[in-house]
Amino acid sequence: MQKNRRKETSNPPIAQKNRRKEKIALIIGGIAVGFVNGYFGGGGGMLVIPVLTALIGLEKKKAHATAIAVILPLSLISGIIYLLRGAGERGVLLFGGAGVVVGGVIGALLLKKIPDKKLAPLFYSIMILSGLWLIFFGK
Amino acid sequence: MTQIFYILIGIAGGVLGGMGMGGGTLLIPMLTLFMHTEQHAAQGVNLVAFVPMSIIALIIHIKNKLIEKRVILPLLLSAAVMTAVGALVSLKTDTARLKIYFGIFLTLLGGAYMAAPLIKKIRNKKN
Repeated sequence: MQKNRRKETSNPPIAQKNRRKEKIALIIGGIAVGFVNGYFGGGGGMLVIPVLTALIGLEKKKAHATAIAVILPLSLISGIIYLLRGAGERGVLLFGGAGVVVGGVIGALLLKKIPDKKLAPLFYSIMILSGLWLIFFGK
Repeated sequence: MTQIFYILIGIAGGVLGGMGMGGGTLLIPMLTLFMHTEQHAAQGVNLVAFVPMSIIALIIHIKNKLIEKRVILPLLLSAAVMTAVGALVSLKTDTARLKIYFGIFLTLLGGAYMAAPLIKKIRNKKN
């Protein structure tokens, strides 16, 4: 039963005997993923994906989908803490939040059409630029 | 007018999120840089908005059998505790500082993702 399940993953780098090692790797990875997602209010998903692909050997599509299943409960926990501690602005929450949900559906539908390889470097450059902007002109 | 901008920025972040590119990593700086939303508030929006959005996405992914269940529990074991710790520490961090830390985080993450395919290419050439 367990062996069959293992076969679902493509290209497992860790031997089947080393399930325990895999679990330990996941728990250690979870420490970083959890902290980052709570501290920065996001970005945990981008950390989970390399953990799942490089460490566990999941294929890209599965890693992306599974990342959502991991980040959902994390965002719920830290989101509640943020709101309870009063770190929310009603306007942004309502209107920004509604936009995110609508955009999320559009994005999921678009994913099939846009070649990821072309778009990804553009996205990462914007990330780096806005990161530098925040560091030097954030105030 | 402000509300329209909130919606537009939300849609932009949501589209990227829905495409699985880490929409929050851009939603947060768009809110703080363009709308002068306070850093913690921007992070809070991202966390809260992620929940309904990802439920919709998850339903689709479960139907397509793309979820690898066995990794979820061990990951959540430590991550669920650490995310609460992270949130509490973050809320005690000064806004201006948190903004800079977030900028460093974005730059490193973007850099790492940008470099990954290049490193792969060089490795493949060597082999």
